[in-house]
Amino acid sequence: MNNLLVLPVLLPMALAVFLMFFRKKVRLQRAIALVGGIANVAVAALIVFRVRDHGIQTLQFGGWAPPYGIVFVADLFAALLVLAASITGLAVLIYSFSTIGREREEHYYYTFFHFLLVGVYGSFLTGDIFNLFVFFEVMLISSYALITLGGSRKQMREAPKYLLVNILSSTLFVAAVAYLYASVGTLNMAHLSERIAEVGQSGVLNVVAVLFLIVFSLKAGLFLFFWLPGSYAAPPFAVRALFGALLTKVGLYAIVRTFTLIFPYDAALTHTWIAGMAAATMILGGIGAAAYRDIPRILNFNVLIGVGFVAFGLATGTRDGMDGVVFYMLHDILSKGLMFVLGGMLIAAAGTDHLDGMGGLIRRRPGLGWMFFLLALALTGIPPLSGFAGKVLIVRGGLEDGMLTLSLVALASSLLTLYSLIKIFREAFWGVEPEAEPDAEASTSTSKLKSKSTPTARPGLLPNAAAILLLLCVIALGVGANLVSGPVSQAGETLANPSLYIEAVLKE
Amino acid sequence: MPRGSDIFLQNISKIVVFIVLAFALYLFFTGHGSPGGGFIAGLMSAGALLLLALAYDIETVRKVIPFDFKLITALGLLIALCTGTGALFFGEPFLKHAFGYFQLPLLGKTELHTALIFDLGVYLAVVGVTMTILLTIGEDS
Repeated sequence: MNNLLVLPVLLPMALAVFLMFFRKKVRLQRAIALVGGIANVAVAALIVFRVRDHGIQTLQFGGWAPPYGIVFVADLFAALLVLAASITGLAVLIYSFSTIGREREEHYYYTFFHFLLVGVYGSFLTGDIFNLFVFFEVMLISSYALITLGGSRKQMREAPKYLLVNILSSTLFVAAVAYLYASVGTLNMAHLSERIAEVGQSGVLNVVAVLFLIVFSLKAGLFLFFWLPGSYAAPPFAVRALFGALLTKVGLYAIVRTFTLIFPYDAALTHTWIAGMAAATMILGGIGAAAYRDIPRILNFNVLIGVGFVAFGLATGTRDGMDGVVFYMLHDILSKGLMFVLGGMLIAAAGTDHLDGMGGLIRRRPGLGWMFFLLALALTGIPPLSGFAGKVLIVRGGLEDGMLTLSLVALASSLLTLYSLIKIFREAFWGVEPEAEPDAEASTSTSKLKSKSTPTARPGLLPNAAAILLLLCVIALGVGANLVSGPVSQAGETLANPSLYIEAVLKE
Repeated sequence: MPRGSDIFLQNISKIVVFIVLAFALYLFFTGHGSPGGGFIAGLMSAGALLLLALAYDIETVRKVIPFDFKLITALGLLIALCTGTGALFFGEPFLKHAFGYFQLPLLGKTELHTALIFDLGVYLAVVGVTMTILLTIGEDS
């Protein structure tokens, strides 16, 4: 009995409930949340070590054996993702202390924050497809609350779209689970995989597989991302960091899990779809990132490029590709969190979110400037930093599998990532600082930000601490790629070879 | 009281509210063996409170239950969480429930199950959420 596995879900849930009792005591809330965040990182690290040394761990809820009860399964892929997510969660928590504003903090911000983490960790760890749906909903309903919390005009405009898209995709999710249950009669993922292998993945099961692909793509922003650039530009930056780093990754994780464990038997059909969607996502994301001149949109389109990359790695179906998927997702969770934290600090420092009103910030905020520069290199995949190993593995997997065009698209999208981020770096940090007049002139974008950015205009200690924490992780993941490669390839092994997972769950 | 003239409504509600609450209580305890359970019992109780709010006004409901309904939700979640966590202290897997037969004063030999405590959590959470929604919308005008 392995109750350690439930702790990543239990801790933030207990925190979230506990914090509801002290709504007005903001300092107490922050202290409790901080302690909880640190504890969660420790628990996640403990799980990673346990899984690395003793193989895949399972926890049967209520002591009911797998096909009947709900299981939590931690293979190394899930465990590493929980660790990365908890580190990012901690950093974003520290970042929100000084940026989110007392008004939001008093209206259950930290409660929703922790419920969102409950959903994320639960989605990573669960071994039951309907339980996955429930954790998706826990995550999404908290995200509905976070995207509307504060009630600014922009949030109210974007939130309904976000809600509609997600409610629609959740309905499709339930329908897909119903079809699946009707055709094979089980909900446990390992058992599903076994049964589908028995009856062969064809006909109706392929339809269900594609339905799942559509559902998870809507959540992850894989090709069906029309809702993402607008919605992610609405809430405050701390919330955006949480969304950009975690929400799309949970959708991606679901795609990876579904198509390596449950539906891997007709790769010619499903993986071709995934490859096409990955290519389209990378191309459109790259174009979007290069085209826009306001920072929120550039950052949002960069999230999409990362999603496309992981899907490409999955579509290759090779060992290298799988290792690349694991590595790239770890990198993506940490670096996208960092990207939004730095973006928020940049916009707070400049007082506007449009590149036209910026310039010369390197003189006032040199630390921020160079951190942003390092981030741009890391996201592009320049060798000593974390993006490199994942991209190399994924592209190598693609070339092994003979997907030359897709590999070239992936490399080109990296170039566009670099271009878009260096564009921000060049125009915001170099050049001459514009005079103080934009206050009167660019009032449309600045006045909206004023209320939000005035209290944070001074360079605080906490945002810097959050950014440095994430940056250190990004650098460590890149420099220490050799140290990480052992666990990463162990994780890739379970993805490439689902029988390991099935045996661990359904062992007698 | 602004709506003092609704004598029929008010007097009938006084009786009906107790019947509804009693039925909710019945549904709550019967959930293990027959249809019912924490969720429907919670909705039923919220329905009784809503009837009270319609016949009198929201202030009366607040006087009947002088707590913040958001805290009741939190309390319910906390209770449900604790039943699941309790198993951890006995070295059992999360959410493992225990039950036993007890000789109770009036009821005789009765089966008591920790799932009932979990249901109590669900009940409180449902009452809290429903009433929070109703009162928040109702108080806007």
